[in-house]
Amino acid sequence: MNVKLPAVAAATTALFAAAIALIFFYAPTDADQGFSQRIFYFHVPIALTSYVAFGWGAWKALVYLRRRADDADLESYVAIHQGVVFGALTLVTGSIWARASWGVWWAWSDDQLVLFLVLFLFYCAYFMLRFSVEPGPARANTCAVYALFGVVLIPVSFLAIRLSRSFIHPVVFTSHGPQMTGSQFFTFCVSFAAMLGLFATLYSVELAGKRIDAHLRDLRELLT
Amino acid sequence: MMLTAHDLSKRFGVKRVFERVELEVARGELVLVTGPNGSGKTTLLRVLAGLAAPTGGELVRPRRGEIGFLGHEPHLYRELTPLENLALFGRLYRVPEHRERSGMLLERFGLWHVRHERVSTFSRGMQQRLALCRVLLHDPGLLLLDEPFNALDADGAALLDRTLAELADRALVLATHDPRRVESLATRRLALA
Amino acid sequence: MTYAADVAALARKDLLLELRAKETLPAMLLFVVAALTVFHFALPRGTGHVAALGLLWIALVFTALLGLTRAFVPEREQGLIDALVLTPADRSAIWLAKTLAVLAFLAVAEVVALPAFAAFFSAVDGRTVAAVALADVGICAVGTLTGAMAVTGRARELLLPLLFLPLAIPVVVGGVGASAGAGGRYLGFLVLYDAIFGLLAWASFEYVVAET
Repeated sequence: MNVKLPAVAAATTALFAAAIALIFFYAPTDADQGFSQRIFYFHVPIALTSYVAFGWGAWKALVYLRRRADDADLESYVAIHQGVVFGALTLVTGSIWARASWGVWWAWSDDQLVLFLVLFLFYCAYFMLRFSVEPGPARANTCAVYALFGVVLIPVSFLAIRLSRSFIHPVVFTSHGPQMTGSQFFTFCVSFAAMLGLFATLYSVELAGKRIDAHLRDLRELLT
Repeated sequence: MMLTAHDLSKRFGVKRVFERVELEVARGELVLVTGPNGSGKTTLLRVLAGLAAPTGGELVRPRRGEIGFLGHEPHLYRELTPLENLALFGRLYRVPEHRERSGMLLERFGLWHVRHERVSTFSRGMQQRLALCRVLLHDPGLLLLDEPFNALDADGAALLDRTLAELADRALVLATHDPRRVESLATRRLALA
Repeated sequence: MTYAADVAALARKDLLLELRAKETLPAMLLFVVAALTVFHFALPRGTGHVAALGLLWIALVFTALLGLTRAFVPEREQGLIDALVLTPADRSAIWLAKTLAVLAFLAVAEVVALPAFAAFFSAVDGRTVAAVALADVGICAVGTLTGAMAVTGRARELLLPLLFLPLAIPVVVGGVGASAGAGGRYLGFLVLYDAIFGLLAWASFEYVVAET
């Protein structure tokens, strides 16, 4: 991991430079929404990355429950932590986009935004749970189960929100494939890759930090 | 062999509770776990019972229904009567004729006359007696007893002495900070520091 | 068959405890009526039927929360959950029995709450009753699991609403949708929710209460 981290970080930096260049100079300006539509290339990749992070966290939770490896517990926590960071960014960018497109800071009619609010509340409760229980196997178990509930809650909530709404959000992905031009889709893909790279980098850094912390505590314990 | 622990250790975070515990208990043995307060006796018994996961090492223990565990707390429903408490655990442990066995145990531990009263009205010593009835109810092959003499009066303690002597064909692990009382029965000692 | 017998013995114990202590059910009954009374004053005059139905659902979710907060109190007081976990009974039986007990309390509270709502606000139709029944299952299934999680923590009573409410949002959506007259789609959604989360809670409860 120590070898991989600089490589991942460098790749992320390169991808980000490319993504920003593409978003502002290559992607065509949207006919309906104008310049502000470019926030789409941030908002949607961030949201998708957040799902990836929650999914990864739940996968690691499942690994923990099967193998009882402490590492998996830490990895699950760090993934969810990063997921919440990206989730908060989704709320912020979505809110800005809503302001630019519809003139309001918050639109209950926007599925994605409402879903992220629910998930944000859910995963904040995950932290409350984690920090109110003494570290150990019991905490790892409970947190893993809650993380699994999270990935199940995502589609169920999405369905619920779909059922409950009126429709004003532009649907870009439909069952017929993306309704984007080639250049838009390319920009989107690069931006998504950059966000995933950012997630991988932050995930590795936080994980390394947490592990160093644990080693340090072990060493201190040995000395006393 | 009823219970085998090899290189068993438990940590809470970085704090070591116990380390490198080696333990083998067969039927007919009584292992005395001794040590001062805070030496990890309770945690060791919880690990042996399967309530807490060890941090490292190997542990082979019998099925859950074969273990009788007397914990730090009496583990009783305070708003239920002794008979109701024992009936619930008798069913969960699939004890055939648990009513007869409950009656016999209550009689033995001097609780028959209060069998219809709520546990919340009991003194701590009476609760300990009832807790012992609950542990013995399903006639376990392996008994893990954490400070079983806790809160017992002289009569109760004498009763427990006799009961322990009768359980000589079982595997027993008994944790206590004051080993003098059961020293004569013990076949081995495990001292935790 | 032993599984059903275990569940029955455990659930019977919970009902017996409530019969003795009479703590949870009276509190739930009083709370739901008090909440409906507060809503009368919170709603502006001439508010529609649908808005009142929304408040009914809020009252029901919070009444359930009240019962769920109390659900593991007897087990918590004496470390009894350890004793139950050590029995040969399947751990999921503990969850199922507790879910059934809470479900029974909630059902009794609703037997009072729904007529009270009909008298105070507006009539309750069959679809609402069906939605309430379906929602109860999901609420109790998920609530019992999160209740078991919350008692392991330090914050306990504080923690349960935080853990539970985000998970209850889909139930409220389905319930309000069904009782507002939007049809069977919402009832179907509630069935789906019950099945998915019921199964997940049933399968994962063991990990919440036992380390091994």
